[in-house]
Amino acid sequence: MIDDPRDPRERTSPPTTPVDSSTPAPTDDRASDRRQEGRRASERRPTTIRRAIRDELADEPTDEYYSETHPQEHRAVPVIELDHVYLAFDRPILENVSVEARKGETICLVGESGTGKSTILKLILRLLVPDRGKVCIHGEDITDLTFEEALETRQHMGMVFQSAALFDSMSVFENVAYPLREHTELDDDEIEQRVREKLAFVDLDPDQVMGQLPSQLSGGMRKRVGIARGMANNPEIMLYDEPTSGLDPLSTGTITRLIMKLQRELDVTSVVVSHDIRSVFRMATRVAVLNERRIVFFGTPEEMASSDDRYLRDFLGGS
Amino acid sequence: MPALTERLADASKQKLRSVQEYFSLAGKALRFAFVRPFYAQDLVQQMDEIGVKSLGIVLLTGFFTGMVLALQSSVQMRAFGATMYIGRLVSASMIRELGPVLAGLMVAGRVGSGIAAQLGSMRVTEQIDALNTLGTDPIKKLVTPRVLAALIMVPILTIINDFVGIFGGSLISSLMVGVPTGYYWRTVWEQIAGDGFVLRFIPTDFVQGLVKPFVFGGIIAITACYFGINTTGGTEGVGQSTTRTVVLSSILILVVDYFLTQLLLSVLGS
Repeated sequence: MIDDPRDPRERTSPPTTPVDSSTPAPTDDRASDRRQEGRRASERRPTTIRRAIRDELADEPTDEYYSETHPQEHRAVPVIELDHVYLAFDRPILENVSVEARKGETICLVGESGTGKSTILKLILRLLVPDRGKVCIHGEDITDLTFEEALETRQHMGMVFQSAALFDSMSVFENVAYPLREHTELDDDEIEQRVREKLAFVDLDPDQVMGQLPSQLSGGMRKRVGIARGMANNPEIMLYDEPTSGLDPLSTGTITRLIMKLQRELDVTSVVVSHDIRSVFRMATRVAVLNERRIVFFGTPEEMASSDDRYLRDFLGGS
Repeated sequence: MPALTERLADASKQKLRSVQEYFSLAGKALRFAFVRPFYAQDLVQQMDEIGVKSLGIVLLTGFFTGMVLALQSSVQMRAFGATMYIGRLVSASMIRELGPVLAGLMVAGRVGSGIAAQLGSMRVTEQIDALNTLGTDPIKKLVTPRVLAALIMVPILTIINDFVGIFGGSLISSLMVGVPTGYYWRTVWEQIAGDGFVLRFIPTDFVQGLVKPFVFGGIIAITACYFGINTTGGTEGVGQSTTRTVVLSSILILVVDYFLTQLLLSVLGS
């Protein structure tokens, strides 16, 4: 196992608003803080998860950043669209699911375990075909594609698995180079250059990790190599299946920032399945909440945090 | 009891579906051998894994089987004063039956279990799903090279097994039974040439001895890949896939051997 070479600034940066406060400060101190920080600071007192999330949202430059980097007409193009999708195996899995992701958006799918979130990713990848409804990529219905056409479509997507799913018999370099060797005509030098570029993008030192096997990396590093492999082919769509599960808070923050960086710098359309509400509220442009096979909410994090819907309130930990 | 009949019907359907999937996998694996891209490096690697690394175990089994065959048959043949024909018996037994079957069983145990465990681990750690999402057909990348390598290497291993077995038989014949080495090898050749030739130059025994391992190689690789890529249930599932692979491929080798022998005897004669 080697040391995590994250940017030291990450380690020393102060934590953002805590999601829950188990050790409230003495009342006098809080009053003093309020006087010093003004009204906004008083609102940041994290007595509930929803309150904390709202506070955190106030810290994120989401609106300005989107208006600058994603002009409205640019964002209006639906890159991914699920239209009234039904899917059942032995039992119903999804019912009347409609969700869309416009160019450059990050859509987060949240909900209890077993509600069909990962299934939606498989539908987008066309690993599964819905019983009814349409799954469109760039307006083209992919449900009728042949297996070979589906493979071709997948080449324009990157997928990051919960377990990273790196090929354990290959080195980090071979893992990241795999899609390039498979689907491009790049020569060895160009492939190495691209691999270095992608590893650097995910804050890994190429010289340090390229020759290592996945088993020699920490969980967070494996996830980052997984992201590098997913983006090696410069895909327009990135899909993440619980990218922060099983990671410590620092690594979770790193992965969340990477997803946001991908969106910000490369204008990638992303769909993220996550249980980490705090990360979701940081990176999502819109959130889809699944409950009992259906989408019960699809809107911005702000709308979700301020919703009075009973299920959403329970889901976010009370009002 | 309708519940019982329903369960039986469901189980039968499931079995039939499995058989269909098994043959579908075999068909795809062979078809992809002629479709680009060709994973030549993977093929060479698998030939090394299946062939070269199985050489030791095949040499050992072949050598000792040939020796014990000569020893046992000498006891029986002495009663009829036919010990001079040990070479014929050993070579016919090794080339037609023991060579292919023993090499097949050894490779099933060593390689089949390895393939099932490797692909099973890749399945449960989502590596096969990752291949799919990276736009690679897992059958083409993982199954086809293994099937081709087994089809090529199991017959080669069988030829080596045959030769080592006959050599082991010659040692016992000359050292313990008293059959001169030169005479032993002459009777071996008489046996091989005596049954005639296919296409004028391929001895009939060789045809029998090479068709079988070719089929056995396919059985081993496809069975192992089938159980490997359909593994469920984590590490326990990997163990089950490995066991099922060895059991089913061993049974299939023995059963198919009988029917192949019937078929080849009726086609080639003697």
